[in-house]
Amino acid sequence: MIKMGVTIIPEIIRESLNNLVKNGERPDDRSFDDYRDIYLETGVISKAEGSARIKIGKTQIMVGAKPQIGEPFSDTPNVGVLMTNSELIPMASPDFEPGPPDERSVELARVTDRCMREAGVIDLEKLCIIEGKKVWMIFLDLHIIDYDGNLMDAAVLGSMAALMDTKIPEAKVVDDEVVIDPEKKVPLPIKEKALMCTFAKIGGELIVDPSLEEEQVMDTRISIGMRADGSICAMQKGGIHPLNKDEILKAVERTGEITKKLMEHLPQNNQ
Amino acid sequence: MIFIEDKQMVIPGDVLADKEYQSGRGTFKEDDKICSSLVGLVAVRDKKISVIPLQSKYIPKRGDVVIGEITDIRFSMWNLDINSPYSGILPASDVFGKEKRDLNKAFNVGDVLFLRVVDVDEVKKVKLGLKGRGLGKFRDGILIYITPTKVPRLIGKKGSMINMIKDETKCEVVVGQNGVVWVKGDPSMERVAEKVINMIEEQAHTSGLTDRVRNMLFELLGKEIPEKEEKPEATEEAADEEEENG
Repeated sequence: MIKMGVTIIPEIIRESLNNLVKNGERPDDRSFDDYRDIYLETGVISKAEGSARIKIGKTQIMVGAKPQIGEPFSDTPNVGVLMTNSELIPMASPDFEPGPPDERSVELARVTDRCMREAGVIDLEKLCIIEGKKVWMIFLDLHIIDYDGNLMDAAVLGSMAALMDTKIPEAKVVDDEVVIDPEKKVPLPIKEKALMCTFAKIGGELIVDPSLEEEQVMDTRISIGMRADGSICAMQKGGIHPLNKDEILKAVERTGEITKKLMEHLPQNNQ
Repeated sequence: MIFIEDKQMVIPGDVLADKEYQSGRGTFKEDDKICSSLVGLVAVRDKKISVIPLQSKYIPKRGDVVIGEITDIRFSMWNLDINSPYSGILPASDVFGKEKRDLNKAFNVGDVLFLRVVDVDEVKKVKLGLKGRGLGKFRDGILIYITPTKVPRLIGKKGSMINMIKDETKCEVVVGQNGVVWVKGDPSMERVAEKVINMIEEQAHTSGLTDRVRNMLFELLGKEIPEKEEKPEATEEAADEEEENG
């Protein structure tokens, strides 16, 4: 039976790609550690407080950050809130359907969110205005506008850039009331940088930045989120095949080197 | 009065000729003038002007041979993706005759077949068949997708282009009219053929292509480019109805 919205890959293509990777080659002549061309632009949406457009090869994501004042969660009364949402819009791929978010969309949003949150990218305590009553809530929206594989790395890189680009209005407390000064904008308190690196396992090898073609035939994938200092902040595995310990340790090691290179794409002028 | 040359690139709305010419595919008539309705290359045949689009989707036609992928197995037929807006069906009776057998014993989801379009009805239900020389299931090899309008160009005049690729790379090459190409041979040769075919697709609208393809082939194979015998500019063109071979 066909699962709705999943393209069937002919066995021939699966086999030929597997053989190619076994020979140390990739369909687009990249090496196993190479990313496709990365293009990153920030401040692309004038109405959003922070935004970024990220392209990795043909994959393209628009990221917007929107702050809002709201009530904190009762178990964490003195920290701000970060919420991530992703939208796989139908024009990005024939497999994306309109309607409520499907599992891929939820996974993408959660992995991005975890990477940002666990790395402590934003100093959320500084987003508290009145403890237990008013905090800044940052809404991070990911719009996938073209899908050519490796959404996670693109989403995390784009989110990181969008957050670094975000400027929130200054909020003061006057007589227990929050007063916002829209003229005075301060950058988000960024205290960490974190990026993600995804590997696809094809033909027994782990290859970085899988394209759509490679993602469709891969056995399994693993995404590793890493802070600038090389500590791991998030990890996500997908696909039905297992990975052994050596493979994961090797992937972590490679992530360290690759994320260092990826950091160069982030804007440098922060704070 | 004609305003364009043969094989000139036009865009929608370009005025091609006036009423002494006939309006063919990809054109429309307005105020006795023939205009292009597509982005593509003009083809002038006698007094008939048509425009061959640069890119297109495959529209199934009876008698075509196509390469299809099985996407689903139903009670008495297979469903196939033929790289077209319309999906094709292959009736079980075409494979088993009157016998009743398990369909997935013959072909399974993900298999790639070489088929003939037996019939296309008025609602574009595409009936496929396997009767004919060379038709059947492919094993191994690679698949390359090109725009269906470039298929005649890839084959070349009387198969000149495709035969050159076959001879130089020692690969088996099968071209479906729906723009799917199957190549099987030595893995490194498959890569060479893939690169050449992609180059042909990219440059199909330019002239002197055969020579460039030959040079590219020799370069990729690390052979020396032979002295070109002086002959008048090769006039291979995208013949509308070129027979492909299997």
